[in-house]
Amino acid sequence: MAKGVKPRVKVPKTAAAGEKITIKCLISHKMESGQRKDDDGNVIPRSIINRFTADFNGQNVIDVALEPAISTNPFFEFEAIVPESGEFTFTWYDDDGSVYDTSKKIEVS
Amino acid sequence: MSLAKWITVAVMSVSTAAIAQDSSTLTIEGESMVTETSAPAHVENLDTIYSGWRFRSSETQALETDDFDNPAFVFVDQAIDLWDKVEGAANKSCSSCHEGAEEFAGLRAQLPRVEDGQLVAMEDLINECRTERMEAEPWKWSKGNMTAMTSLIGLQSRGMPVNVAIDGEAAPFWEAGKELYYTRLGQLDLSCSNCHENNYGMMIRADHLSQGQINGSPTYRLKNAKMNSVHGRFKGCMKNIRAEPFAEGGPEFKALELYLASRGQGLSVETPSVRN
Repeated sequence: MAKGVKPRVKVPKTAAAGEKITIKCLISHKMESGQRKDDDGNVIPRSIINRFTADFNGQNVIDVALEPAISTNPFFEFEAIVPESGEFTFTWYDDDGSVYDTSKKIEVS
Repeated sequence: MSLAKWITVAVMSVSTAAIAQDSSTLTIEGESMVTETSAPAHVENLDTIYSGWRFRSSETQALETDDFDNPAFVFVDQAIDLWDKVEGAANKSCSSCHEGAEEFAGLRAQLPRVEDGQLVAMEDLINECRTERMEAEPWKWSKGNMTAMTSLIGLQSRGMPVNVAIDGEAAPFWEAGKELYYTRLGQLDLSCSNCHENNYGMMIRADHLSQGQINGSPTYRLKNAKMNSVHGRFKGCMKNIRAEPFAEGGPEFKALELYLASRGQGLSVETPSVRN
């Protein structure tokens, strides 16, 4: 498991039904490209977040494939229309098999 | 007005726009910041002082207005974890003695300052805690743990005006810093003032020269995706003018830090700021 990985998500706590909300997601991650060498000349194995998904009440909202050229601490911002109160679940998949997730509740009035 | 005059006026306004800092205002999380104010009396050669934020592109500027968008907060979060981390022979963490980082509100704006005849920066205070209270290893001046912690502590003073003491005990250090600021160094034979006082607002190759204000330090720089200490920044400048840099945490850089902070008296502390 990569060191210092911490997901951060910003979702409004409340929204009106049918309102467009902005969701921001950031995960602190090294995004090791697999091209670099350590001090002894050995290749540092690739370890990037290769997939990011967001689900709302079990239904998939966004599914992103990430490639090695993406910078450290990848940041996503997207808009969604929320029909009802519920919970967003955000999941990041690491090359080394680790899965990081976090969830946020939203109240729709 | 004749056509020729119109063209002259148009050309003049274009060239002014190209060199001047922009006129936007900075609001971070609803709190407005002072990025432009009249220069303090001891800054003889400037009328108005501007935060470095004013010299950056609109995309870079936008990053600083929202704490979630600001990448520096990744490091602030790391420091919040470090705050509770027990280290050293005394079996203590920061939180063993301090209630929270909030108690340091205002500290960033006053540093560096003189204590017992010595000029101390925030890094010195942190390392004094680490070696004497925690009995742990001191952190290196510009390494990740240190810059994360200075970001967290500096953040508590955000929005407060820079206000360092430059008289009394601090006067000799301030004079030393001022002398260094105006001393030409290195193979390119440049002083700080040549770029940041005489030519701020101009382009130096692809870089937009600011006034070299340090009110936002430590700074998240897009070029290296980490927090950069003031002394680390001085080192970069000195390498650019092909000079042999002074030591980070050494008396020269601390005096320069005091002098530069005094040149920004009245600007808001923007810690942790975003620059390119």
